[in-house]
Amino acid sequence: MTTLTRPRGRAARGGSSAAAAPPPWWRRQGAQGWLYAFPTAVIVVVLFLAPLVLVVWMSLNKWPLLGEAKLNFPDNYTKITDNPLFLDSVWFTLKYTVIITVVLSLFALGLALLVQERRPGVGFFRTAFFLPGAVGFAAAGLLFYGMLNSDFGPIDPILRNLGIIDEPVSWIGTPNMALFSTIALVLWRFAGFNMLILLTGLQAIPVAVYEAARTDGASRWVIFRRITLPLLRPTIALMLIMSVTGSLLAFDQFFIFTNGGPDNSTVSMVMVIYRDAFLRFDLGGAAALSVVLLIALVALNALQMRVLRRPE
Amino acid sequence: MRYYTTMAALAVLFLFPLVWSGWASLEEPYNYVEMAQYGEGLGTYLTNSLIVSAVTVVGTLFVSGLGGYAFARFQFPGKNLLFLATLAILMVPYATVLIPLYVLLGYIGLQNSLVGVALVFVMFQLPFALFMMRNAFEALPKELEEAALVDGCGTFRAFTRILLRAVRPALITVGLFAFLASWNDFFAPLILLNDGASFTLPVAVVSMTQNTFGAINYGMLQSGVMVMAIPCLILFLVLQRHYVRGFMSGALRG
Repeated sequence: MTTLTRPRGRAARGGSSAAAAPPPWWRRQGAQGWLYAFPTAVIVVVLFLAPLVLVVWMSLNKWPLLGEAKLNFPDNYTKITDNPLFLDSVWFTLKYTVIITVVLSLFALGLALLVQERRPGVGFFRTAFFLPGAVGFAAAGLLFYGMLNSDFGPIDPILRNLGIIDEPVSWIGTPNMALFSTIALVLWRFAGFNMLILLTGLQAIPVAVYEAARTDGASRWVIFRRITLPLLRPTIALMLIMSVTGSLLAFDQFFIFTNGGPDNSTVSMVMVIYRDAFLRFDLGGAAALSVVLLIALVALNALQMRVLRRPE
Repeated sequence: MRYYTTMAALAVLFLFPLVWSGWASLEEPYNYVEMAQYGEGLGTYLTNSLIVSAVTVVGTLFVSGLGGYAFARFQFPGKNLLFLATLAILMVPYATVLIPLYVLLGYIGLQNSLVGVALVFVMFQLPFALFMMRNAFEALPKELEEAALVDGCGTFRAFTRILLRAVRPALITVGLFAFLASWNDFFAPLILLNDGASFTLPVAVVSMTQNTFGAINYGMLQSGVMVMAIPCLILFLVLQRHYVRGFMSGALRG
């Protein structure tokens, strides 16, 4: 094997010769490594780490959208408990997160089991189930906004012809219906995505394990309970973590599809942050809420990983 | 047979909304003319979206291509710290970064700027992209670049001439994810762009439902949905293999 001699640093090239066996060339070039990693470092520092520092600083100040910032710690934090819209939104977001995570996970698991085996046409069905996931969430929200409109959309006429309903349904007109319709939207948009995650886990289970169980005469249910579920545990954990995190940060579906209504019944936590910042021009207050949300989310993620990843 | 009946019913449930939206937008073809004239004009929004997506895709490929090579092949001080900081982007709520970014982009002259939005997208794509590219470079045999280095190439020439070609599938996956994310995202442009003339498509089409006085034109709205969705559907169908590989290759295994 040829070993190139190249002194540390990027300026000098090929001049000197190494005495003892030098470490392989790819381990010696700290300066070159930094050059290649430099764009990454700039993006991470300027657009991620600096904003994180800034958001903490903003949360310590009275920071209007326009005009001078002024230190006012701890006002932005103490006033959180006086913000009834935010407290309601915490409750609503938690409720939404629990419902959507359970429904979405079960539905996606069902789909994944249905498309798990190779058989004719299964590729088409996988693509069909996933296709809504290629559409943007904003576009999906607007699609449902039209589709569920009683005058314009097709759902009411279809249900009326089937004799399921007698009069127009107000799909986003009451708090419960708005939540129900949002769940339908999220299921349609994300079921295929979660199915694909579970499918990668299912396909990592060796076929021999199934064959051995079948030879022993295990029923399908026993195979599912005793083999599939335990071996799928890390994948399910990943899906749950992603679903919980995504739902706690829900914004698009409630901003676009229900617009927080009716009567602010579907206002999520991130929507309150948006409203505080850009409709009430209180960036300091919004920053304080963002910091609280960040801490809660990091704590929750750490907890989830400990609980869900723990081996049996 | 019962299996295929269930599957067909499910497929109809998933495909029906897309088919309906396409049909509803075309029922009155004039919808598309009306949408083309909405607000600042479809041309403006389409151009804005294309600029943001193009800069995001090129920027993500540039940063993660170089960065992936650095993390796969070099040792340098602070390497692990930088990698962890990049992955931490996944842990932080979108809003927690975007609220200060609104202020920070103003400091560096990128307020209400399409390039500013695109750079923010590059940052959000970076954990996935860097992970993908690092794994792709690590999977290449070291002999590949050693041969080039013996021939007197610097690492950079070996990188551009040989290695980039070898990791092309990973580059396509990263580019596809970057396009879909930047083309479709609503929250970042909503916060970072505040002038109607610089809106991207999603922000502009959503404004059809929220800023109209009087009745909402639902047909025009669905034509907007189609303009946003069709490029993604086509790209996904053509590059499906690359998309699924993005899942498989472990970026999602955490």
